Amino acid sequence: MQRQVALERDTALDAPAPPARGRRTVLTPYYLLAPTLLFLAVFFAWPMFQALILAVQDNGRFSLGPLQRMADDVLFWEAIRNTILLTLIVVPAQVVLALIMSLLLVSGLRGAGLFLYAWAIPLGISDLAAGVVWLSIFNDRGYLNSALAGLGLGQTGFSFLSYEHPVSMFLAVAVAETWRATALVMVILLAGLQVIPKDYAEAAEVFGATTWQRIRHVTLPMLRPSLQVALIIRTILAFQAFAVVVALVGRNLPVMAEEAYRWYGDLRNPSVAAAWALLIMVFSLVNTVIYLRALRVRDEQLA
Amino acid sequence: MAEIRLERISKTYAGGKAPAARDVSLAVADGEFMVLLGPSGCGKTTLLRMLAGLEYPDTGRITIGDREVTDLPPRQREIAMVFQSYAVFPHMTVFDNVAFGLRMRKQPADQIKPRVERAAELLQLEPYLGRYPSQLSGGQRQRVAVARAIVMEPSVLLMDEPLSNLDALLRLQFRAELKKLVQDIKTTTVYVTHDQVEALSLGDRIAVMRQGEIVQVAEPMVVYDRPTTEFVGSFIGNPPMNFLRGSVSRDNGHARVTIGSEALTAPTALAEAVGDNVLVGIRAENIEARAEAPSGGANGAGHALAGETVVVEPLGSHLLITAAIGGQQLKVVTRTDFPTGPGRPIWLYPEEDKIRWLRPDTGAAVQV
Amino acid sequence: MAVADTPQTLPPGAVQATDILPRTAARRKGPVRWPLYVAAILITLFLLLPIYLITIAALSPRAAVNDFPKSLVPRELSLETLLFFLNSRGVVASAWNSVMVGVITLVLSLVIGTPAGYALARFAFRGRDAFKILILTTRAFPIVILSIPLAVTFIQWGLYDTILAVALVHTALALPTTVLITSSIFVSVPRDVEEAALTLGCTPVGAFLRIALPLALPGLAAASLFTFVLSWNEVFAAAILTVSQRTLPAQVFTSLGDSPLPFRFAGGFALIVPSLVFIFFIRRYLFNMWGRVVR
Repeated sequence: MQRQVALERDTALDAPAPPARGRRTVLTPYYLLAPTLLFLAVFFAWPMFQALILAVQDNGRFSLGPLQRMADDVLFWEAIRNTILLTLIVVPAQVVLALIMSLLLVSGLRGAGLFLYAWAIPLGISDLAAGVVWLSIFNDRGYLNSALAGLGLGQTGFSFLSYEHPVSMFLAVAVAETWRATALVMVILLAGLQVIPKDYAEAAEVFGATTWQRIRHVTLPMLRPSLQVALIIRTILAFQAFAVVVALVGRNLPVMAEEAYRWYGDLRNPSVAAAWALLIMVFSLVNTVIYLRALRVRDEQLA
Repeated sequence: MAEIRLERISKTYAGGKAPAARDVSLAVADGEFMVLLGPSGCGKTTLLRMLAGLEYPDTGRITIGDREVTDLPPRQREIAMVFQSYAVFPHMTVFDNVAFGLRMRKQPADQIKPRVERAAELLQLEPYLGRYPSQLSGGQRQRVAVARAIVMEPSVLLMDEPLSNLDALLRLQFRAELKKLVQDIKTTTVYVTHDQVEALSLGDRIAVMRQGEIVQVAEPMVVYDRPTTEFVGSFIGNPPMNFLRGSVSRDNGHARVTIGSEALTAPTALAEAVGDNVLVGIRAENIEARAEAPSGGANGAGHALAGETVVVEPLGSHLLITAAIGGQQLKVVTRTDFPTGPGRPIWLYPEEDKIRWLRPDTGAAVQV
Repeated sequence: MAVADTPQTLPPGAVQATDILPRTAARRKGPVRWPLYVAAILITLFLLLPIYLITIAALSPRAAVNDFPKSLVPRELSLETLLFFLNSRGVVASAWNSVMVGVITLVLSLVIGTPAGYALARFAFRGRDAFKILILTTRAFPIVILSIPLAVTFIQWGLYDTILAVALVHTALALPTTVLITSSIFVSVPRDVEEAALTLGCTPVGAFLRIALPLALPGLAAASLFTFVLSWNEVFAAAILTVSQRTLPAQVFTSLGDSPLPFRFAGGFALIVPSLVFIFFIRRYLFNMWGRVVR
């Protein structure tokens, strides 16, 4: 019995198969990517490499001098300590506040659209502007002191931003930074909340979970990928915090990016500045690796 | 208008596990309405897209009319295509949508207008020419997509499941309209669908596909009545064709097929063709059911298969009965007044010339 | 464009900000909800009050800076402080530089990044995932530090202290995001419509220009605004790479130390205003854009 061939009526098609032409390789996408790759090679990858070279040379010769000068600087440890401390305060504050904000937004408040718009406004505000905005509040004759005076708490005003009051100075910077950048975290978390199917929360509710249990055991675990992204981005930005500090407290609170700027701009030493840049990069990469490991998203959890 | 020839087309997508087309050959005659029918993932849409020039085959040749088009881009193939999702341009009015192809062909403006209007008239779109697609219903958008294709007066009209996004009622109505339209314009048409009813009702011929291969190409009634494989028989028709396992024996030079305790007379050559076992394919409406035992007694039963009614489903115009014979179930269609019920005996008379005999190992039909 | 005002044809990539929030009507009557409103209003106060305060600080007369205690409602409004800021040396020129840098940045990043975004959205090709990871990895790098080695390079190239130098660094900063955003915009333009154009006689380039681009335009415009504000707000690179050709943030930043408070308040206000306008215009795209980019 012969297997029935599809071509019942066509005998003319018994011709030999045309020669195989091999699979086409489509080059179009590579042409389209080329400009981006080229640009990033010249203005991203090359400067990274260049920073490394700069940091280990002195007058064109290999030297650990720049690294040595960076480490010997009186402000070296203080800048690192301040940067880390600021990150440790600001990032958790932003994540918690952003989490509250995004959960509020999806809880079905009336006028949630309006709240969303208002809360997104700081997204467009630079760290420099944020520093100036809070300067108008925290300066000696600023709005905070005015408010305190209005409440009968001290008629002379408190020097929040003076180096004599390191705690208040530090907190002022932290508040300004939190104010400015929480919106970014909120947007990322909100986007993450969006893709969580409602079924899970509803199922949890059916099984009698309280709101808090629902958030703790259903929402947060499913939000993990978004949290990871938000933490990585925010922490890297916190390591670079700079203008907000300078605008608020000037040189009273040295941070890492400020040192890089100072060595390049004021001290005219690109090599030490590059060394600082490298240090910030190392911090950022280590931080990313830590987050990726600590908050590992297992594939089966995403399925 | 043109004939289409696909010669030994093969295609595997980059990263795809199984080939989307393997060594497919098909000829569509000038003016013919060819339906590519198969379950999702069988490669029918890929075949259509290779005809359109939206994909290119790894090996093989495609000719439209006298031209080989295998490597030509879509714009050089004189084809037009209707997409499953309509794919009307949301930023253009209905008129601009329909005129788009003519403008790309650099037709003079004074010729475009009458042609667009004629196409709009054919699809009853005249009142909507100034509207944007977002102001139209799904059915109207699909009309725009069809008008946009036929206004090109293409050599070949390609349609990719054009009715599948419409709701059931609209689909029924537009199906008949589409058939009339294609009959009138007499363009060679290739139409992809997974809906066997659509295929039966529209096609001059149907090419049934499975796993990248064409299994059978024939007129609708031939595909329906004489499927060449078990797959075709069960994919086409509602209910699907019944397939009963039987064993073949010889009896005085006649072949007999035994199903459980029941027996059917079979063509003499069957034993040579299939060996010891056979699949008996028969459609539900090609079985006559009776509620009483045949009068001639057990021996005179002829083709009667004695069984038992399992389920009775009244479907308005007829009854659909599920009956059991020798442990195997089959569907039978009867008049609505047929007297039976679950557990009652039933006698079934398959129409001899409608029976398909198939090999149980390959599922292929045998000619005897 | 006609698309924008027809109801079902929201520009691709657009989702009303309110779409992602549940409808109030659908909520069941549940436990007491007023604490949620209190929380929402407190957060709103925290986020908006400072903007109000800097506004009145910038719109008060210069002498008002010494008032104490200040009142929440200004005694008198005046443009004196703002005019003082605008008439200071270099301010108008630097604002103009900022606009130019922003425009060059957004043009460069769109021209360079859009093709890559399109390729990511439309083609399956070897190396696609690697490219995506590469783009995402750039986020793990503190991009501001690029400007230090680049400053050295630009001095060699004679680009130092030009707006082009700043725009190039800003483009490097914006490009990865532009690629991801444009890619998500083109993903939302159905492939079918482009293929339909191909079958109707378009070349691939023609189909892109006539079909995909117009449909992507609103989204691309939002992406451009995004890029512009990124550039407008950037301080570090701008301050490092320029001496005389300052951008506005660089100008404000470098004069922080030796300028009176009213000058700084007016500068902060001037920096914020375009951002407020920007947020207003892209509010309907913002969440959608970020939503996809961060995935």
